[in-house]
This record gives sequence, C-alpha cells and structure tokens, in this order.
Amino acid sequence: MRQPTIRRGVALAGAAVLVAGLTAACGGDSDASQSKLGKDDVLTITTFSDFGYDKLIEEWNADPERPFTVKATKIADWDPWKKTLTQDLQAGHGLTDVIAVEGDSMPQFLADGASDQFADLSDSSIEDRWVEYAYQAGQTADGKQIGYPTDAGPEAFCYRADLFAEAGLPTDREEVKAIFESWDSYFAAGEDFVKKMPKTKWYDSSGSIAQAMLNQAEFPFQTEDNEVNLENDEVKLVWDTVTRYTPTLSPRVVQWGEDWTAGFTNNGFATMPCPGWMFSNIKSSAPDVKGWDIVDAFPGGGGNWGGSYLAVPMQSEHQEEAKQLAAWLTDKDQELAAFEAAGNYPANVEAQEELAAQKVTDPYFNDAPTAEILATRAAAVTPGRPYKGDKYSDILGLFQTAIQRVDEGGSPDDSWQTFVQAVESLS
Amino acid sequence: MTTIEATRTGDAGKQTGTPPPRLTRRQRLSRWDFHFSPYLYVVPFFLVFLLIGVYPMVYSGYLSFFSWPRFGPTHGEGVGWANYVHVLQDPVFHKAFWNTIGIFVLSSGPQVVIATVIAAMLDTHLRGRTWWRMSVLLPFVVAPAATALIFGSLFADKTGLVNEIIQGLGLPKVGWHTDRFASWTAIASMVNYRWTGYNTLIILAALQAVPRQLYEAASIDGASRVRQFFHVTLPSISPTMVFVIITSTIGGLQIFTEPRLFDTNLQFQGGADYQYQTLTMYVFNTANSATDPYPRAAAATWIIVLIIVVIALLNFGVTRLVQRRSER
Repeated sequence: MRQPTIRRGVALAGAAVLVAGLTAACGGDSDASQSKLGKDDVLTITTFSDFGYDKLIEEWNADPERPFTVKATKIADWDPWKKTLTQDLQAGHGLTDVIAVEGDSMPQFLADGASDQFADLSDSSIEDRWVEYAYQAGQTADGKQIGYPTDAGPEAFCYRADLFAEAGLPTDREEVKAIFESWDSYFAAGEDFVKKMPKTKWYDSSGSIAQAMLNQAEFPFQTEDNEVNLENDEVKLVWDTVTRYTPTLSPRVVQWGEDWTAGFTNNGFATMPCPGWMFSNIKSSAPDVKGWDIVDAFPGGGGNWGGSYLAVPMQSEHQEEAKQLAAWLTDKDQELAAFEAAGNYPANVEAQEELAAQKVTDPYFNDAPTAEILATRAAAVTPGRPYKGDKYSDILGLFQTAIQRVDEGGSPDDSWQTFVQAVESLS
Repeated sequence: MTTIEATRTGDAGKQTGTPPPRLTRRQRLSRWDFHFSPYLYVVPFFLVFLLIGVYPMVYSGYLSFFSWPRFGPTHGEGVGWANYVHVLQDPVFHKAFWNTIGIFVLSSGPQVVIATVIAAMLDTHLRGRTWWRMSVLLPFVVAPAATALIFGSLFADKTGLVNEIIQGLGLPKVGWHTDRFASWTAIASMVNYRWTGYNTLIILAALQAVPRQLYEAASIDGASRVRQFFHVTLPSISPTMVFVIITSTIGGLQIFTEPRLFDTNLQFQGGADYQYQTLTMYVFNTANSATDPYPRAAAATWIIVLIIVVIALLNFGVTRLVQRRSER
C-alpha cells in the first residue's frame, strides 16, 4: 500500500513544479508570450538522422508566398537528441519550435507530466490524414494530440531468393507466401533450411525476430494502467520462442553491429523482417549481392516497426505557426517527397495510396512492387498494438539485451532473472 | 586573493613609512605591476576553473542528496544518503568497478613499461631520430573515436581480423565482446595503442635531461647497458615516472570513449552482461535512466572521485617506496 502515496507525492511534486515552471516561463499568462511571425521571421525545427526535409525546406524558403521562413537543424542520431530533448524539456527552454520524436519513445512523452510540456495539435480537419494506428500512437490517453506522424514502419519480410533456391525452397514472391503465413510455418521452414544450408542462418538476428513478435503483442510489458507486468503469456511466448531457436536459426549477432553487417554479404542469413526504412540498409550493406526479394506477407498478420512524429513544445513562442509547419510537412506531397529523398514510408494515407498507384518497383529487390507491398502491410497492422506504456522503450531495450545474453551463450533462465531485476530497478 | 593583496599592501606601507625616497608615480606603478600582475595573469584560469570545474563538483555533491522526478525541471525533496546506498548496493556498479580496475591494470601497467623501454631505445644515436620520435606519437593524433571504430572491426567476434588470425593458427575463436577478460584485453589494447607513444615522449624528455657524465662514469666502472638502465636511468627519471604513473592512473580510471564505442549492446551498458561497463559509463547511463537520474549519477561520480583519490594515493605511496629502495 506504499505505492499510491508515493505516486501521489510524485504527481503532486510534478504538478507543483509544472505550475511553478509555467508561471516563471510565461509570467502567468500563457497567451502573452505567443507572438505572430512575419514573412521574414524565422521558425525553427529540429530533426534527427534523415527525415528527407532538406529540399522541402529549401523550396519553402524560396517561395515568396510563405508566411515565415524556416531554419532546420539536423542531429545525427536519435539517442543524443533524445537526451538534449529531455533536458531542454526539463529546463523549460532551449528547444526549437518544431521537434522530431522517435516512435518507440513517444509513450514516455505522452505520460502524465511530460505531455503537459507539449502543445495540443488536435485538428479535426486533418485527423483522418494519417493511418489510424500511427496517429493514435501520438495521442495521450485523454485525447491530446502531441505529434503528427511523419512515417510508419509496416513490416514485410525480405528474403534471399538465391539461397532459397539452393536449399530447395520455392523462390517466387507468390509461392514463398506460404512460408511466411504463420510463425510456426516460418520457423519450420527455417529448420528445414538450415539442415540443407548449414553455413547460413535463417534470420538476421534474434533481436529483430523478437521485435517483430513483440510488435504483435497486445500488452507486452505493461498493463493498460501502466503497471509493469512481465509475467504474461505474450512476452513469455516471444522469449521462449526466440531463445529456443537461438542455437539453430539465429546467427547470434547484435543488430547494427560489425558481424551483423557482415552477414549481408557472406550469406550469413536468408530472411529478415523488413519495414520500409530497412530497404536502404540492405542496399547499402550488400550493394553487390543479387537475390534479395520482398514477400508481401508477415507471419501472423502485420506489424509496425518504427515511425516518427513532429511535435511542438509548450516553450515555443510561435505554437500556431509551428503547428502549421508540422501539418504542412506531414501532408501528402511532403511525405511523398520525404519518401523519395530518404526512403521513409509515409504515414499519410493519401501518400500511401499514391505510392501504391504509381506501381513503384525496385530493381534491387528483383523488381518487387515495394510501395504496393508496404501499403498492404500497412493495412494489416492492428491499431494500438503493442500497447506502449511509459516505460516501453526502457524495458524493450533491456529485453533486447537479455536476448543478446542468450545469443552470447548465457542460460535463458539466468538471463531472464537479470532482466527482471533490471526492470525492477527502473522504478 | 584578498588576503594576499592585504599583506602585500601592508608591506609596501611599511617600506614607504621609513626613509622617504619618494617614489614617482611611474615607479609605484611598475612596483604594483611587478607584485600584482602575475596574479592578474592567472586569474582567468581560476575564474574559468571555478565556473566549470569547482562549481559543477560542488553542485553535484549537493544534488546527490536529493530525488529528481522524471520530467521535473528541478530536484525534489532530500533523501539523505539513499542515492549513495543505491549506487553502492547496485550489482552493476560492483561489476563496473572491477571492469574498470581490470582494464586499468591491463592498460596502465604494460603501457608504462613499454613506454619506458621505447623511450630508452629512442634515446640512443639512431639514424633519423626525429622521424622515429615523431612516429611514436602518431597513434595519439588519431581521434579516439576512429581508433575505437578500427579496433571494433578488428575485434569483431565472428568476422574480425584478430579472430581470423587466431583461427588461422588453429586456435578457437575468442569472444572479444562476450568473455569478460577478453573484452578487457581488447579495450586495453586500444588504450595502449593511443597512449603509449604519448608517455614515451614524456619519458624521453626526462631521459635527455639525465647528465651524460653519469653514464660515462658507470661505463668506466664496467656497468653493462642493462645495469646502467636500472641503476642510473630509472632513479634519475623517477619524478617523471611518478607523474606518468599518476596521470595514467587517473586517465585509466576515467576510461569512457573506448569501451563505449567498442560496445555492441544497443543500450550501451557495456556488453549484454555488463562485461566491460566502466565506472564513467555507469555514471553516463545512470544520468539517462528513469528514476532520480541526476542525483544517482552525482552520487556515483563522488564515489568514483573517492576511489580515484585512494588509488592515486596508494600508487604514489608504492612508487615512492620503490623509488627509495632503488636509490639505496
């Protein structure tokens, strides 16, 4: 019975701090600090990695009709930007008018206390613009819209048709669909595959398979009221499955590491879950490998991996204009342009339809109709799954680390114990 | 500062009080210049040091006794020693402590020995001496991040060059990222690559200041080169050795860049099982964690400061002892 009092204390402290912060920042009147921007005034925006906005912003600034100019800052990676973002949110100043937030971390900014630091972007005239699950994932429990979705990560599966042929599996995009029907058929085909191809593993890493399965769970780590619950069947299933196949199907490497990258060129593995943004990773890791293909199927339905948001912090002095810019950047044409520039698959419904209609094919992936496949995959995603509580990204990281320990030869039971302890010390 | 100025002006007053050869304005100015300007020259450093050195230290000490709500802009209520207790009881902190000590021993030890030997070799009449001397410093010029990336690919567990060679020799592959001791060795080799040349040059400078007559006398007495090294060279450069050992101790205990960039774990916790998380990585990760991030990190920092002080003192004591014994 200690929990509630502590919680209340924290909530009260948070509220007190917030009130103090707001009064200090705005002098007691939040409207007074908002000012209108003129044609030559500058609105600022910060994104991380590549959102594909360079050209768009150039065009905006060159246009004589624009209501204000835009100055963009690009940070190389999400992690350092997340750190700065969190600190500046706490400090109450220092952030730009529009900021980019990575999807898996969104829940912690949606949590009570944190969400008060963001402007409400809800706008009934455009709320149908994005795919439902992406839009909802940028929303607090009480309906405050914090972010506009920039891109989404509907997952298909990429596979090496050449290796499939060597192992005697079907290679045609339509015929292999049966393999990717369910997780059972997928793992069964894998065991078949590694028997014939002992030097090649079935998938790229235990971590990416775990991620794919978790993205289909309903409440993987936290219940609806944000209680941490690791003893549930969904997580146990992912854990048991992935660790069971570690010795046979997994190359036992960490995603993004040296050994993982090497696996692309030395026939290290034959399949991998493929959100749209993964395409460019495959191409750059294995520019000379022929045989990569994409199947329009995903074991057990669909799943979304990744996707980001544009948000407006309360500390911005030009929230109206910031909202306007965020809406413009996530509109159909702009998301299409971003897809072209950086490969980020749009979260915008019309942009997705447009891409599918264009019948874009990719010669690298054996002329697969990439946009069409991703559009079907996007439709297969169950909205609101998985439920991402305030600690989602923290626990997910620890879960992936626990899988890495098993990959490295640790016992699954010990590793699970360490995981549970690490999660306990989060609170 | 103020006390010094007070006593100085007091002295000046006394002097002008006795026989009155009245100083001209110019002379007085030049006296003041002579007495006070040196302090003015060093003041900027102390101001900067106060601002970015002392203040953060004192403030982090203060902060370590409070809580910090996750998105709160300021610290919460006081919690006494709870943050220190948390850190000291954290099994991860214990692991980080031993990792740091392990990496430190594997790096600083060989480093100082190798640097001394290379310095002694460079102190002879080599052809193209300057070229040799410059080239030992070359690794130091390479950015630590670049070093870590190169070594990271050399020590990749499955496809790294080092493991290829080991396998070529018919030995089993080494888990450079999974085995605790192997990971320490890999990281220590990075540190040694970078810092050995730097220490070599410092020791070389000391070697060149050793009077050559000592060697002449020793050779006349029939001492071999090796004996000369141990009985003439080492005692003569011992103050420099103490300096090198202490600085490499402090550097070794603060090691961060190499293990962090060597890390394949996506959470950067120094290996999936914390095999090579160092103390500074612990501070960094704690400062990014969900609960009381800054106060706990501050507490950890102060514990590390104490550890470094204790080890540096031990170090100093041992070196002094060895030095005295070799002088005898």
